[in-house]
Amino acid sequence: MPEFNLLYTGLLIAGVIAFTQGFVAYLILAERKVAAWVQDRLGPNRVGPFGLLQPIADGGKLFLKEEVIPSHVDKIFFVLAPIVAFSTALLALAVVPVGTTVAPPGPQETLAAFNETQAEYASHFSMVIVPGLDIGILYSFAIGSLAVYGVILAGWSANNKYSLLGSLRSSAQIISYEIPLGMSVVGVLLFAGSMNLETIIAWQAKHGWNLFYQPLAFLLFMTSVYAECNRLPFDLPEAEQELVGGYHTEYSSSMKLGLMLMAEYIHMITTSFLMSILFWGGWSLFGVEDLVTDPIGSAVLKTAILGGKMTAFVGLYLLVRWTIPRFRFDQLMTLAWKVMMPLALLHLVAALIVRQFNLPLVSLTGMSLALFVGAGFIAARSGGPNNLPRRPAKHAVRETVGV
Amino acid sequence: MPIAEQDVKWVQEPKLGLFGQLYLPLVMDGLTTTISHMFQKKVTEQYPEQEPKLPANYRGVHRLNRDHDGHVKCVACYMCATACPAHCIDIVAAPAPVGWTDREKYPETFVIDELRCIYCGMCEEACPVDAIELTTLYDLTGLSREQMIFDKEKLLSVFDMTTKAGTDPVRTQAGKLGPASEAPPQK
Repeated sequence: MPEFNLLYTGLLIAGVIAFTQGFVAYLILAERKVAAWVQDRLGPNRVGPFGLLQPIADGGKLFLKEEVIPSHVDKIFFVLAPIVAFSTALLALAVVPVGTTVAPPGPQETLAAFNETQAEYASHFSMVIVPGLDIGILYSFAIGSLAVYGVILAGWSANNKYSLLGSLRSSAQIISYEIPLGMSVVGVLLFAGSMNLETIIAWQAKHGWNLFYQPLAFLLFMTSVYAECNRLPFDLPEAEQELVGGYHTEYSSSMKLGLMLMAEYIHMITTSFLMSILFWGGWSLFGVEDLVTDPIGSAVLKTAILGGKMTAFVGLYLLVRWTIPRFRFDQLMTLAWKVMMPLALLHLVAALIVRQFNLPLVSLTGMSLALFVGAGFIAARSGGPNNLPRRPAKHAVRETVGV
Repeated sequence: MPIAEQDVKWVQEPKLGLFGQLYLPLVMDGLTTTISHMFQKKVTEQYPEQEPKLPANYRGVHRLNRDHDGHVKCVACYMCATACPAHCIDIVAAPAPVGWTDREKYPETFVIDELRCIYCGMCEEACPVDAIELTTLYDLTGLSREQMIFDKEKLLSVFDMTTKAGTDPVRTQAGKLGPASEAPPQK
């Protein structure tokens, strides 16, 4: 690991945290606005022009409200849960590039060459809090999985059956979806030859986006990520219609609830960054990123491209919420275990074959699409899932009525 | 009554073909609907700035109509108070003052508790002389329960206000009393 400038890193940490908080605040406004527009309403428009000051009003309200701790809760874990949820959500951002990056150098023949490349790498500015961390994506997944502890602690400590049900659903769901999530990424890692997100971007800038070679992997990754973020159509842990508020039922609308909600939105930001970086080429955009040669201008442009991709994915999150209805829990599990996991495994095998025999990358695109259509074909032949609710046949009804 | 089994119609879910089992085309279909709604005309009414247009048969605050002499039209027959399911109308009848030649009685006091009222409009239907009507005034507020008990003067002022504003023109035969009222017996 090269040495890094403490000042830059400190500034970047402050910048990333400030950006996330501001983005989350306006994301909540955007969510309400999009929800309203989709339902032919106007949305919040009373505070400031077009309601743009609404997040400030909301945040102020959360800060000023009384922190109620119900008497029947486990106080330590009740207070700990939002902290765990929020801090893990922020920690996961540490390895995610938020802008322009330079790939860390690979191994060198001699120590001198190694030191030289390392010094050259350190002289470039990468917009990652921890640049050159080789476990990159693994760290992000590990911390992302820790986030479920916030949910489980909240549900368990609340001493309330609805909260507990919500957190149980959450743990089952996250365990199930971690597997296709991880397996869909392995294909990307195989080709980039590294788990470092900066290297993955650099590989894509050179060879083309992973989306074009592994469209199915992207689809699996996106679906799993929706489930990981507890977003609709997989928001069973907090399904309002069934579980009051789910795992955060007992949190009054104070800052503890605010932290819980912010953690979810930060997860959305992190995963949107990950989708853009792993499959949509990070800061690369068909050569547009090379148009500006000035180092600072180029950095700004690359950051803007990556930010634009991230915002687009966040927008998709908001739209999908109002498009696809919530899954039933057995449907959710069926999708993960019977559809996504075999597909992810087969896709991984396809990627392994292409990598092992050095086949052209386009052949992986073909295999990916063939797997997708093949899965659809099998499903259509088998007549769909056999877990539909049983309906009495007509003659059976007649018998019971006695007609 | 429970629904009889033969009245229940079982709808079989349509089977999805290859196109449907691929999910993505249908998801795209849904997204198009969602996005098209985003840019559609909004139905929200910007309330304080934009007053709602209420139909003439909206049942808001009551008013007591005046006849062409400016007297209260009410003949204190108690029909409205009898019809009222919420028992919110309280009338004290008295012999009509000298000079009111077309009736025998008039309401000395006529009090409606607007908080008890359920705005069903039965009083309006019961009134034989079209003296009581419900207006389209919907934004009724008060600082205390006492303020929401409307007496005769207040109800007449609602009539003056709504007819002057033109929101509720007199809907019924103005000035003419119905057959329920009779001239005072000649002595």
